[in-house]
Amino acid sequence: MDKTGTAMVKDVFVMADNVYSPIGKTTAENFINLKNNISGVKRHSQNEMSSQPFFAALFDDDQQIISNGSYTKFECLLVASIDEALKQTDINIRDDKTILVISTTKGNISLLETEKYSEALKKRMSLTTSAQLIADHFRFKQKPIVVSNACISGVLGIITAMRLLRSGTYENAIIAGADVISKFILSGFQSFQALSPGVCRPFDRSHNGLNLGEGAGTIILSTNKKYAGRLKIKGGSLSNDANHISGPSRTGAELALAISRSIADAGVHTEEIGFISAHGTGTVYNDEMEANAVHIAGAGKLPLNSLKGYYGHTLGAAGLIETIISMESLRQDLFIGTPGFEVAPESHRINASADHRSIKADNFLKTASGFGGCNAAAVIGK
Amino acid sequence: MHCVSALHGEPRNRRGGTLQRRRLFGGRRDVSRLYDRWFHFTAFVLKGPYYISANCTISDGIISEDGAVLFKSATPINDFLLTAYQHFQFNYPKFYKMDNLSKLGWLTADLLLQNTFNKDGYKSEDVGIVIANANSSLDDDLKYYDTVADVASPSLFVYTLPNIVMGEISIRHRFKGEQAFFVQEAFNADFLYRQVSYLLDNDLVQACICGWVDVLRQDYRSVLFLVEKTKKGNAVLFSAESMDTIFNGGFE
Repeated sequence: MDKTGTAMVKDVFVMADNVYSPIGKTTAENFINLKNNISGVKRHSQNEMSSQPFFAALFDDDQQIISNGSYTKFECLLVASIDEALKQTDINIRDDKTILVISTTKGNISLLETEKYSEALKKRMSLTTSAQLIADHFRFKQKPIVVSNACISGVLGIITAMRLLRSGTYENAIIAGADVISKFILSGFQSFQALSPGVCRPFDRSHNGLNLGEGAGTIILSTNKKYAGRLKIKGGSLSNDANHISGPSRTGAELALAISRSIADAGVHTEEIGFISAHGTGTVYNDEMEANAVHIAGAGKLPLNSLKGYYGHTLGAAGLIETIISMESLRQDLFIGTPGFEVAPESHRINASADHRSIKADNFLKTASGFGGCNAAAVIGK
Repeated sequence: MHCVSALHGEPRNRRGGTLQRRRLFGGRRDVSRLYDRWFHFTAFVLKGPYYISANCTISDGIISEDGAVLFKSATPINDFLLTAYQHFQFNYPKFYKMDNLSKLGWLTADLLLQNTFNKDGYKSEDVGIVIANANSSLDDDLKYYDTVADVASPSLFVYTLPNIVMGEISIRHRFKGEQAFFVQEAFNADFLYRQVSYLLDNDLVQACICGWVDVLRQDYRSVLFLVEKTKKGNAVLFSAESMDTIFNGGFE
């Protein structure tokens, strides 16, 4: 308890992270490629997933993830990402104080495409089966937590872990998110006519849809004071539009609420936030809602980016990958631009640019929104 | 005040108090009344206790609220959900478009809230929802994937996410607060208790709907709890134990 009588909130430090994507297997490798404007989004044709060509950021078939025949591609991605992140730390994951949080939207759904549905397949497809396999692989002692909350799953995973650490339930948390793109997911977004015919252009006036992407991201957190000096997860908040299950809020007021609450939770002022890592899918409705929300939250003048032009929409991994890249921006004083952006629609009052910018920032805001009307916001900083 | 600081944020036990509080009274049932009174006395400085104002269960063809059976029908799930909707004379056309997971959660939430909940007593952003299940949206995933070979159905695709049921409940009741959806092998009252307590302790919500909504083909089970900060009517103390008791068939 401090002198003002309010309870002290435990600091949640970032010990390690990893982005495992088509453009890099470590955070450093990813960041170098972003600096050089290398995108994972490519045109795919004659693909078994779709009769029509489509743009997405996918792993090539010859990109060896890990060689373990008993794991699916989804699980291999998680194992590879967690493994690389764990190598950067000295924590003992086999104790009671460490929790694994897995975030995903569809996990092993692609198994439905190649195998006949049965009780055995149901068990194999279950998200809890995957999570337990991964926990067993690394020999975690605690039962893993699975977050599946549409496109905010990654940010929700971070916030869930932050709260479990703050409340003292655990001392360390490994949050790992992944999704794999297969016919199931691709056909769904096609049926929604949500896919861009080219590389997506988030927040640009010509934006006309999203690209899907696959990848994994891992963040390792700790409240152990020996990590003081690292970046911190300072605050987070969730909200719901209560408007439509597949379209965002008309006003953006609900995402704005999550933004304001996460900033308050972090105990910082909006002026202390250097930039916003937006969801920015590149669909007209999403981008407009987000532009409105940051304006309502009083954060409209802050530099804002979307990384979807590099990674596509990686669904359950998106919040993690984009948070990790933004943390690297804080460490390297370099704000990554929004590829495909030229001019915002007249109604959008946002501060975006295609180019990277040199930046001195102490904190950034991460936002995400998804089907079901869900919104998430988190503040990460020094 | 030093004492409060030590208690705040400590792991809670299943009876609704922090571990320290329980230790003070030895955790024995014979002091439970004193324990409860002490809770009330300290409520202004300590967080909690909170109360389950209402609960509603839909399972095996039976709908019950606070332990009392409201509706029975031993028919297959599609028919059961529709008959229940008609029985309670709801008028909400969107219901027909929902997948079974959303229909089940929507019905449970509506019946949970119909008598006990004073909506005007809360701001829309102060009501939260935390739900878990075992089968995610697999019930609708199977139905959606059946359409892909022919014409992929966007109206089925939108339900291929488990959190959509929270979206449907939110639209119905204008709940805009904190939400989270978890996938677990089985109902985990301890986990749910911690999640919801964190939200209430930190004033992130003032009331929370929490529980379990799970459907796979003909198997379904939904148990939702309304958790509030003040004790109303026959409310029971919000704890992992009381949620487990209700989940497993209620107080005898």
